Amino acid sequence: MKQAVLSFFRGGGSALPGYRLALAATLLWTGFFIVLPLCALVIRPWQDGVGAMLAATRDTRMFAALWTSFSSAFLAALFNLPLGLLLAWALVRGDLPGRRVADALIDLPLALPTAVSGITLATLYGPQGWIGAPLARLGLVVAYSRTGIVLALMFVGLPFVVRTVEPVLKNLPRDLEEAALLLGARPWQVVTRVIIAPLLPALVTGFGLAFARGVGEYGSVIFIAGNQPFKSEIAPLLIVVRLQEFDYAGATAIALILLLTSLLALVLVSAVRRRLSVWGDAG
Amino acid sequence: MRRYALWAATWGLIALVLLMPPAVVVAEALKNGLAPALASFSDPDGQAAIWLTLEVTVVSVLLNTVFGVLAAWVLTKYRFSGRSALLVLVELPLSISPVVSGLVWLLLFGAQGWWGPALERAGVHIAFAVPGIMLATVFVTLPYVVRTLVPLMEQQGRDAEEAAMLAGAGFWNILWRVTLPGARVALFSGILLTTARAMGEFGAVSVVSGHIPGLTETMPLHIESLYNGYQTVAAFTMAALLAGMAMMAVLLRSAPEYLARWKEKQA
Amino acid sequence: MSVQVENLVRHAPGSTRRLLDDVSLTVPTGAFVALVGPSGAGKTTLLRAIAGLDTFEHGTLLLDGQGMGSMRDRARKIGFVFQNYALFPHMTVARNIAFGLDVLPRSERPTRSASAARVQDLLELMQIPDAGPSYPARLSGGQRQRVALARALATGPKLLLLDEPFGALDPIVRRSIRTWLKALHERLGLTTILVTHDQDEAVEIADRIVVMQGGRIVQDATPEVLNQNPQTAFVMEFLGEASSFSGTVRDGLMVPDEAGVLPFPVAASVSPGPVTAMLRPYEIQVRPGVEGGPAVVFSADGARNGYRHYKAHLADRLIPFWVPDYAGNPVEGQASGLLDISRARLFREGQRCG
Repeated sequence: MKQAVLSFFRGGGSALPGYRLALAATLLWTGFFIVLPLCALVIRPWQDGVGAMLAATRDTRMFAALWTSFSSAFLAALFNLPLGLLLAWALVRGDLPGRRVADALIDLPLALPTAVSGITLATLYGPQGWIGAPLARLGLVVAYSRTGIVLALMFVGLPFVVRTVEPVLKNLPRDLEEAALLLGARPWQVVTRVIIAPLLPALVTGFGLAFARGVGEYGSVIFIAGNQPFKSEIAPLLIVVRLQEFDYAGATAIALILLLTSLLALVLVSAVRRRLSVWGDAG
Repeated sequence: MRRYALWAATWGLIALVLLMPPAVVVAEALKNGLAPALASFSDPDGQAAIWLTLEVTVVSVLLNTVFGVLAAWVLTKYRFSGRSALLVLVELPLSISPVVSGLVWLLLFGAQGWWGPALERAGVHIAFAVPGIMLATVFVTLPYVVRTLVPLMEQQGRDAEEAAMLAGAGFWNILWRVTLPGARVALFSGILLTTARAMGEFGAVSVVSGHIPGLTETMPLHIESLYNGYQTVAAFTMAALLAGMAMMAVLLRSAPEYLARWKEKQA
Repeated sequence: MSVQVENLVRHAPGSTRRLLDDVSLTVPTGAFVALVGPSGAGKTTLLRAIAGLDTFEHGTLLLDGQGMGSMRDRARKIGFVFQNYALFPHMTVARNIAFGLDVLPRSERPTRSASAARVQDLLELMQIPDAGPSYPARLSGGQRQRVALARALATGPKLLLLDEPFGALDPIVRRSIRTWLKALHERLGLTTILVTHDQDEAVEIADRIVVMQGGRIVQDATPEVLNQNPQTAFVMEFLGEASSFSGTVRDGLMVPDEAGVLPFPVAASVSPGPVTAMLRPYEIQVRPGVEGGPAVVFSADGARNGYRHYKAHLADRLIPFWVPDYAGNPVEGQASGLLDISRARLFREGQRCG
């Protein structure tokens, strides 16, 4: 313990100058901008008394919203796995014509400001939209429903899956597939046994990142969601609603649950990744 | 044959999922032609939103660059206990919902927050005012510079810094002449990511802003009010401008690489 | 410049494991000292502590009898060459070398032309006069090595510290740069401390060798003394190929356990009991066997560097031995015999005992 404290104050025994100055600046910065706000988030809800918190946990509208957020994020991340794998495969192995352009486009959902994606997706999938209109004629209503939420979350989550799978796929030697083929495996057996298995850690990571992002997503969803309580209202939106009602305890309770869920998802992901990475780099 | 099927499926997916949204933005903005789109820029509230967005972006980028460099220095050049905890802490804002990132500042500085009422009485307005927007944006964009610098500086080790130190250089000299020139591409990339993210932040800013047109509306918030007010052309014109700025920042990141390749070709 | 290290202790960051365990060392002005030992022995740690790169918890470190002073003072006294050179990749060779001058406070900084002249002098001293405008990435390993040395010498230090400086070079360049470095050391009147894991290199270049193991100094002596009188079995093995024979000392004789190895008399100071005898392959001699007695079979193993190599087949192992390669050497034409190991040093529990 004493050693640990000493090491903290001395920079682990390196004589490089600037340790204390830079450490002090870093601690101040993270302290004010991260630790302090998170403390407020953890402590503030209890200040209105235990009664307010209990009332918040009996709030069925909150549970409906949380369920909407979690289930939509889960479904979106799940649907993104095959799509992301296809794109990553095409980029790395497919000799895709226009690979550089495609590669740049993959990051588009991350680069596009969420409010822009929000109104764009709502227009695109809306009843008069380029995709929404033909679907409506087939009797499929996409916008202003749970389907719309899942679609929006798929859009923002797709790059996470592609970008975690891609580097691992790149490092996967081509010989593996050839070796499997020479040993008599069928093409589909090659895919399931030699490709998917080593990619599993990366797929899990991509899923986790997309899920964590999806649970908290706000801007790209609210325009297409419809936002009907108990039906298509996501948890982040309910926080905003509670704030407008000056119900800080209610808002903070939801926020805490959201925060813990995405942290839990990330911890689980890194645990699974560590478990699976005995095979090598898990990306 | 199978290869063509793969290509078709891939490009089909890219077109459907990734190409259509930007196409929609442009199509909706130019629905009635170029003139009405351009005319929407003369709206003073829109202009105020553009200026506010630029201000907030500059402040966040400056703060997060200075502190991000110092944090990356501490996190990569020393092995002290608590280092991994600090690494996790710095990356935390990435896994927090934007709405929560705004909410935390209301808990501190809002009307019912810890210090909000006291500051309000002293005449300092943070929540539902520009300082609140800046706090929320700094919080959301905090990890990007550190995140891009750390892997590179980690990989570079500290030999060069130690060599500089043994040559008699002090902290600022080492940082300015040895470390940063070696990491400039990563730093540039981190700054651009911060810029893109700061301009486009919506959820966090939406919670703390109070949505006062012309005063506390950034571009994303202004887009929302235009869209909800059925001013589609103006909304999408503003969206096109914002998306263009953000995507420009993101694409610029590969400029050094292209520049180097071009120089190599010349030589 | 003399270096005096007394009772230095350094822990691994955040733990109680000792990287340097009570190390004391005196290096007089003008000496060329090599720190050798297996990896993890603490040689680089000691070198970095002397340079002031790492802090230490206990002990004192004196340069010319004085404390260390600020980093800036130290820069003028010490030149350090890193294992992988640590050249600044974004600066030209000339700017790399001039770095130590560029960061001086304005009042002490040499003029632009003086600094350029100094750089050119160093480049010529290093025999790479035209390298100035190139970037480090364009240089060969040997050239980078010389640039790193030039940069270390730019501020005119009297103490030169080298951390595995030849590790990344190919054998031929290695040999030539070694001799050249020794000459440079003499010419500039430097005090040099070199870390290496290659004992041949150490023996060839240094006039004193410090052997380290597990964070301690095991032995500190000239190459000749080290070879003649290794203090521990570890030093004996580390300095070159060695064979060991276990046996027992009784009545003033060391009696090996294995058949075919002759007993030999030992000094009266060696107390009776089990010992290990160690010697080098060229120190093993061969005697003719007795009719009907035990004998060891020899097999030839070629000739190298003026020695003929053989293997002696003991009951359950092979012992290599070398005899000078000339016609009519004692082993020629002999298929078997007895091993005479009377030139061995004796060790008990790893420590020298006779």
